[in-house]
Amino acid sequence: MRLSGRFGRFGGCYVPEILVPALEQLEVAFLDAQQDPAFAAELNGLLADYAGRPTPLTRCRNLPGNIYLKREDLLHGGAHKTNQVLGQGLLAKRMGKARLIAETGAGQHGVATAIVGALLGFETVVYMGAEDVARQQLNVFRMQLMGAIVVPVESGGRTLKDAINEALRDWSASFETTHYLLGTAAGPHPFPTMVREFQRVIGGEARAQIVEQLGRLPDVAIACVGGGSNAIGLFADFIPDPVRLIGVEPAGKGLSGAEHGATLLRGTRGILHGAETYVLQDDEGQIADTWSVSAGLDYPAVGPEHAHLKESGRAEYVGCTDAEALAAFKALAESEGILCAFESAHALAHALKLAEAEPDSAILVGLSGRGDKDVDQARRLLA
Amino acid sequence: MSRYFTMFDRLDGAAAFGAFLMLGDPDLKTSARLLDSLVEGGADMIEVGIPFSDPVADGPVIQAAAQRALAAGVRVGDCFDLIAAFRGRHPDVPVGILTYANIVVARTGFMRDAAEAGADSLLIADVPALEADPFVRDMEQAGIEPVLIAAANTPEPTLRHIATLSKAYTYCVSRAGITGTHAGGQFDAALVERLRAADAPPPVFGFGISAPEHVRAALSAGARGVICGSAIVDLAQRGGDVARFVRSLKAATGNESAPQ
Repeated sequence: MRLSGRFGRFGGCYVPEILVPALEQLEVAFLDAQQDPAFAAELNGLLADYAGRPTPLTRCRNLPGNIYLKREDLLHGGAHKTNQVLGQGLLAKRMGKARLIAETGAGQHGVATAIVGALLGFETVVYMGAEDVARQQLNVFRMQLMGAIVVPVESGGRTLKDAINEALRDWSASFETTHYLLGTAAGPHPFPTMVREFQRVIGGEARAQIVEQLGRLPDVAIACVGGGSNAIGLFADFIPDPVRLIGVEPAGKGLSGAEHGATLLRGTRGILHGAETYVLQDDEGQIADTWSVSAGLDYPAVGPEHAHLKESGRAEYVGCTDAEALAAFKALAESEGILCAFESAHALAHALKLAEAEPDSAILVGLSGRGDKDVDQARRLLA
Repeated sequence: MSRYFTMFDRLDGAAAFGAFLMLGDPDLKTSARLLDSLVEGGADMIEVGIPFSDPVADGPVIQAAAQRALAAGVRVGDCFDLIAAFRGRHPDVPVGILTYANIVVARTGFMRDAAEAGADSLLIADVPALEADPFVRDMEQAGIEPVLIAAANTPEPTLRHIATLSKAYTYCVSRAGITGTHAGGQFDAALVERLRAADAPPPVFGFGISAPEHVRAALSAGARGVICGSAIVDLAQRGGDVARFVRSLKAATGNESAPQ
């Protein structure tokens, strides 16, 4: 590998030997593409004319405090995921791969991969935990409409981590022809670095937009953290600035129990899915089953750069329960006329708490996705 | 002198037959009995899995075995106890542990405990040569022999690194993909030759060995041994005669007369 793939002591490339050449090939393709103006031109063209960048920065008119929403919910596909699947899709073309595989939790990344598969002409297979297939039927059908094959995964807890296991197993046999389009800034090197670079556009745009609207930097930037791609994308350009960075983890039914996905708050150091990071596990290293109302945050590890940002103290991480997220989801709908994803509602819930404590702070919230996929679940939960 | 060295020496150029089982599958008592069946069938070396909840290098058969062991409440300490008891009954048979990185790093003194139980080697399925150095240092300090994986697509510099780090044997994967009984192994003679040129420990093929013809194909590619895993685990789970099955595969190595 050309880069270390480490963030402090976290990260690395813990995969079976057979996959190392595929990750080396990906790293080379990524680094070469970063130097290639033609790649940047094609990607930026797609981001603007196909996906709809830049996305707006919206100042909330009715919610308390000074909350600014970075509207990734308005991106084509309905979430920030589209940014990086376009980047990885173009890389897969560059490497001459004919097939894409991906894992998905809520289905957002699966939908995004199906989009790029249809657009750029790949055979696309999406692994999805059988439990998630059942709770996200609409997204399953969306993927199928765009030509992807959705494979329900029956092993383990039948959620996101099991889908990643299955995608890695597929890739171990198929890497010659197939690119594994990992959906978040986690996993083995080079994924955490590459996905951050493709998502950096979120914070880059938001920084320029808030400076233009407000005349200064925000005081705080807040994003939800499952694997951590939208948060690292929002944070990346603010890391050198005096801006507080807060990641919000799913506290599920409460941090005192076991039904949550708060990896950085309740996990311990371990190695899962290719990276050394924080992991929710028992005392023997067996991975825990997690819980969150939002399938996209329901993951027992976290991107290694977040583990490093936590340890270095540059970012802080807090929890938000299912109930708090649901209340924020409702508040945003009622006050601003925006239906956001349950994932994004976690970030907003913390922003609302902060707005109450410090009404003068300018709070930037990464609104990572739209809520259409969650409307059905919301109807049942809010009834 | 290490047990692996003594074994290969005793075989005097003939191939070793390695047999794999998941420790604690389906429970501790059955698992101990099955380990003995492997020796009874003539296995020259025993490979044992310590179960992990998320085994990405394993196919459905070994995944299910790990799940059964975990569902039975088997803990890492129980696995070391099984190894220690086996060692008491079979002082000379080499025993290698196969597991995953998170199991190793979660337990302070994993290597020392493995050595004290009488294990000879350790292969960590998700630690490639690129990440292996600190693990290998710990193993050597504890007196455990590192085993690394080499594949047909492993580039030359990595292969030389693997040759330097591996001690007991070199685990060669016969094909891309995960463990499992579906065949299709290529038993790459070129890989064996490259390992020999790099002065690596004896090449032993694993993945997809489930019938005598696979054993013969691997040996004709120049392997010094084979490891059969999923086929044995599957048979044991269905209540089949494990010793007899091992004997049939071992016969294909042509070293039936070796003492047990």
